[in-house]
Formats: sequence, C-alpha cells, structure tokens
Amino acid sequence: MIRLKASIIKEIWALIRDGRFRIMLVLPPLMQLLLFSYAATLEVKNVDIAVLDLSHGVHSAEILSQISGSPNFRHIIPVHSREELHRKIDRQAVLAAIIFSPDFDARLGRGQPASVGIVLDGRRSNASQIVNAYIGQIVGSVSAELQSGRAQALTRSQVTHWFNPNLEFIWFNLPALLVIVVATSVLALTAQSVARERELGTFDQLMVSPLRVHEILIGKIVPPVIVGMFNGLLFYCAARFFFGVPFAGSFVLFVLSLAIFMLSLTGLGLFISALSMTQQQAFLGSFVASVPIIMLSGFSSPIENMPHWLQFVTLANPARYFLEISIGIFLKAMPLSMVAERLWPLLIIGIITLAAAARLFRARME
Amino acid sequence: MNLGIDSRRLRAMFAKEMIQIMRDPAVFLIAFFLPIILLIIFGYGVSLDTTRMRIGLAVQDDGAAAQSLAQSYQNSRWFDVTTARTVAPLKPLIVDDEIRGIVVIPADFSRRAAEGDATIQIITDGSLPNNANFVAAYAEGLRATWAAQRTGSRGAAPTIDISSRLWFNPTLTSRYFLVPGAIAIVMAMIGTLLTALVVAREWERGTMEALMATPMHMSEFIASKILPYFVLGLCSMALCTLMAVTVFDVPLRGSIPALLAIASAFLLPALGQGLLISSATKNQFVASQVALLSGFLPTFLLSGFLFEIASMPTAVQAITYAVPARYLIPALQTVFAAGDIWPLILPNIAILLAFGALFFFISFRANRRSLD
Repeated sequence: MIRLKASIIKEIWALIRDGRFRIMLVLPPLMQLLLFSYAATLEVKNVDIAVLDLSHGVHSAEILSQISGSPNFRHIIPVHSREELHRKIDRQAVLAAIIFSPDFDARLGRGQPASVGIVLDGRRSNASQIVNAYIGQIVGSVSAELQSGRAQALTRSQVTHWFNPNLEFIWFNLPALLVIVVATSVLALTAQSVARERELGTFDQLMVSPLRVHEILIGKIVPPVIVGMFNGLLFYCAARFFFGVPFAGSFVLFVLSLAIFMLSLTGLGLFISALSMTQQQAFLGSFVASVPIIMLSGFSSPIENMPHWLQFVTLANPARYFLEISIGIFLKAMPLSMVAERLWPLLIIGIITLAAAARLFRARME
Repeated sequence: MNLGIDSRRLRAMFAKEMIQIMRDPAVFLIAFFLPIILLIIFGYGVSLDTTRMRIGLAVQDDGAAAQSLAQSYQNSRWFDVTTARTVAPLKPLIVDDEIRGIVVIPADFSRRAAEGDATIQIITDGSLPNNANFVAAYAEGLRATWAAQRTGSRGAAPTIDISSRLWFNPTLTSRYFLVPGAIAIVMAMIGTLLTALVVAREWERGTMEALMATPMHMSEFIASKILPYFVLGLCSMALCTLMAVTVFDVPLRGSIPALLAIASAFLLPALGQGLLISSATKNQFVASQVALLSGFLPTFLLSGFLFEIASMPTAVQAITYAVPARYLIPALQTVFAAGDIWPLILPNIAILLAFGALFFFISFRANRRSLD
C-alpha cells in the first residue's frame, strides 16, 4: 500500500512538474472543445446560388424572392447564359444554380405543369443535397399556393421533436464532443507515460525498484484518469453553464460513467505504450487509434447507417458506449438500467486491455 | 542570405534521415497504415446517406383509413417499424436508442380523414438533430404519398416540378468527396506532426547540438529534414489515390501532374509548420499537442471538407483563411470529381506556396538565432 502510494505520487509529480506540460494538459482539450463546438455544424447556411431566368415572369420572380428571403441563402447571382452558369459552378463561385426555361411562366399561366431545373455541385454532395431540399420546399410552397383553388390533401402531420424541441445542434454537439475530446487527450497522455520513461532510460530504474508490475501500472493510470475526470467535468460545466445545454439526467450517474470510460481508455493507452519503444511511436500510435475511436463513435455519422460488419467493429469502441450515455443522460434522462447496459461493455474493454497491457509489460521485463 | 548547400553533405544527411525513417515502424504507421484506415472509414463508415430508419408506430384507431396508412409505413423500404397500441411502450425504446421516432395515428383518424381533416403526429428523437430532420421528412413524405394515392384523381398533381442534376457526382456517393479529405488529413499528419516530432526529438535528446557542431549549414539541415518527409508525403498521397481509384471506385477525372502539383504545393506549408513547431517547443509532447491543434484539427474541421465554411460563425470563417488545407480541399475535390480546372487550381496553389515561403522564412530565422 505504501509502495502503491509512492508510485502514484511519483507519477503525479512527473506529470505536473513542468509548467508548459501542465498547460498542455488542459488548454488543448479546452481549445478543441471550443473550436469544434463552433465549427462542427452540419447545417448549411449563407449559400450563394446562381440563377438563369429565361422566362422573366411573375412566377419565377416569386420563387426567387422567397429564396432571397430565406436565411439559408446569401447572394443570388443572375447569369445570362448556360456557359456562364457552367463556369460559376466549375470554379465554386456558387454551390447551386436554378434554371427557368423560357416557357416557364407561360405554361403556368395556361394552367400547364412547368419544371424548374436545379444544377448542384456534386463535389460537395452533402451540402448540395441539403440546398436541393431547401429549394424544393420553397418551390413546393409556391406550387401549393398556385393550387389553392383545387382539391387539397385530406390529412396533415404535426411534427414534435422530443428532448430537443428546436433541434439545437449544439445540444447534441457538446455532450458528444466532451466524449471525443476527453478520449483523445487521455489516450495520448497514457500512451506516452511508459514510453517516455523507456526513452529516457528511467524505466530500468523502475524495474529494479521494489515496485511490482501492477503497482507501476496503477501509478501510471491514476494521473491520466484524474486529468480526464477534471477535463470531463470542466467540459460538463462549459456545456451546461456556458452553452446552455440542458442536463436532464443524474449527475452521479454521469460522473460514474465518465470514470469507467476513463478506465477503459487508460487500458488501451497503456497497451499502446507497452508496444512502443519511443515516445514518438506512442504519440503516433495513440493518434492512429483515436481516428477510428472518433469516426466510429456515432459522432460524425450514425452507427445505424454503417454496413453491418462495421457496426460489429464499433462494439469494441469505448467511445461508442459513452457517447450514447453522455447524450442519453444530458438530454433524455437515461435511467440507471439503460446506462448499465452500456457500462458493462466498457468494463469488459477496460479489463481486457489492462490485462493485455500487464502481460506485455511482464514479457518486456524479463 | 547565403544558402551554401553542398550536395555531398546534403546527400549524407538525407541518407541519415532516410535510414531513421526506414527503421521506425511508427513512420510506416502514419504514412501507410493510417491512410488505409482513413479510406476504409471514410469509404464505408461515414455515410451521410440515410438508409433504413427504425421507428415506432402507435396505431390507436382500427378504422380502414388508419389501418391503410399503418400498412404503408410497415411496407415502406425506408422504415423498420415496431407497432404498438399507444405511445407509452414506445417511449423507453426512444430513450434506449432503439428507435429514432414515433408515428402516432390517433383514435379518431379514420372518422376525421373522411371529413377531410385528420392529423397524424410525428415524434422524433431530437437528441440527434440531423437524424430527427430525416425521420420527420421521410415520415411526412410517406404520409403525403399515401394521401395522394387515396385521393386518386381528385388529388392535385404539383404544378411545378423540380428536375435536379448533381454535376460531377450524379449518384450522390459520399465517399467521392470524403476521399480527397482523407488525403488532406494524411498529408497534414506527415507534414506537420511527423516533422514536428522528429525535429523536437533532436532537441530533446541533445543530438541537435551534435548536428550544430558539424560543418553543416542551416539550409542544409532544413533541406535534409524536409526532403525525406516530402517524398514520404507524396508516396502516401499516391497510395491513397491508388486505393481510392482501384478499391473504392472513386473517379479521377483530372490529370496526375495536376494532382502532384497540388500535393507538392500543400506539403510545403505543412512541412514548414512542422519545423516551426519543433523549433518553438523543443519538446516532443508539447510539439505533438501543438501539431494536433494547429495542423490536424484545422485540416479536419476548418478546411470545408466535412463542415461547410459558409455556415460557420463569422469569426471562425475568418480563421479558416489562415488554414492551408482550406486551399487544398477545393483543388483536390476538383481534380478528382471535375477535372483540371486551372482557373480554380492555380490561385489555390499560389496561396499554398506563399504560406510555405512564410513558414520556412520564420523557422529559418528562429533556428539560426538558436544556433548562435
């Protein structure tokens, strides 16, 4: 017990001794959180579009005025030929272009169906799709006004969004970012701990000391867990009090889940550390590991959209479980029983990786 | 400024660096393993194209109209439906991430539909806002189609229809625009993170002093550190392109020389930035964190490859102009999807070269000062 305490104290000292190092523990994760939360929006706003209006009629003007009134669009640039339109899209001066054929207004005047042409830049296919939907809605509403004298649809639907009535993107973004930013920083921190000693040659001193393997490992785990918990709670406060994200669930459950998540990550980090001979390998290893941890967590795209074999792979990703827990507790007041369903896989991942890391250390020591 | 490059000395240094790279498995991890992982993840994992959605259906009405509408939800290829009589049993499923929405057909639906005034309720899981929008749009679309079919000839065909054409990517495949992003990330990692770590290690271990004691000039030192990683970056880009085209069927409509020109122009600022970070920090951990913050994250977030720059707050938009990857992404996407559109590519290359010149100038100055 005394040895264990000494080992933990030594590791904490090693971590906070250097002033620059201390700053690096908190500042980059915090900056990541801020940068991400403002930049990572999947909304599409302020789009520039080109218009080739060959009909010059009232109906095309009505559609254009509704588009220019929408906050999703910024500039509507009139063009005068198909070549000019082509050039604007090629050079990415506009994301999309609307074409009204010469007979557009005349056909509508005669009560005949008419067609609007939309050309979209497929290089940015995601944004294009969304812009296409915006234009579609506007054209649809103009079309519906024209038809108002005729038969109406007999049913309606009323849409309600639970947990986030106005679909604030930031309510999803911050609880998710908290998971990802804490995960990457803790992984990097744990991975470099042993590798640094090995590179500096002090690992041999540790091995000849009376410390046992598990005491060394626990000493290595405690400081990153403390840093991760500190950052996690800091981000929790930022989300709740700075960004105004509601917190519907149990705080105790959140802290408990965060701690178990940290444990599963340090297991992975130590495993990478044990494999690496130098600090550089440990950094790069933890970076390469954090790419799939981020991308397959469900943050950038829902897991249910992935092919089945890849969904199966995500079962080994600790961030996947804690992401569901974090969003679940923040927004949906997820109860203990459902959180527990996501905690036991985290515990298993933690136990397996820690056991593997310990074995690897023993093998290296002999 | 006397560059004073001696080709024999440069060759010797270059050989030393190459041996170090070859010996280090971590370099291969970044240059060859990471691209493969990224391409697989972007190729299969990051699908922004929505597939089947799991929803709950609460049918509170046994009337013919309600049953017919319920049937069309159950038969839809967009939805996997869990049916119940009320909302209550479906609510825990939505909390548990089992379903992403609930369609409620109320008790008086059939009677009111006959009168021409029936409303269904669509509830979504707002904790995933993008998904919630998709669910609402598809559920509403299905209801509208069903209503149009029922009203039959009485129904109103839209007087204005839309014909959309998606240039360069008519089938709307996400990976066509994600692959150039993967290339950008890999090159940023090699250029900035790897270079920053390598030079910071020389400082940390004290081998920098050993190098300074040699008759080598600053410019030779910089060139010898940069060249191997420049070559490595291009190799990794070639691997990405080869895999993208052969394995993932991403079209490459532009020419190889154009691709090479763009990649080379981007590697200069990336390498310069790495060099600058290492001479400013002289510590591997700090260098790696700074490289991640100033190299990887901006490339990932602020380059416009995943997130639309125009949608960001104005202050963040201003920052994107200082991110070299912002100029790389449109050029790369154009070469892949559209072809060699030089009026778009050349200005971007010029800006990248200017960034490169600036970074090298600063790190040249910084290193020389510390040599004295």
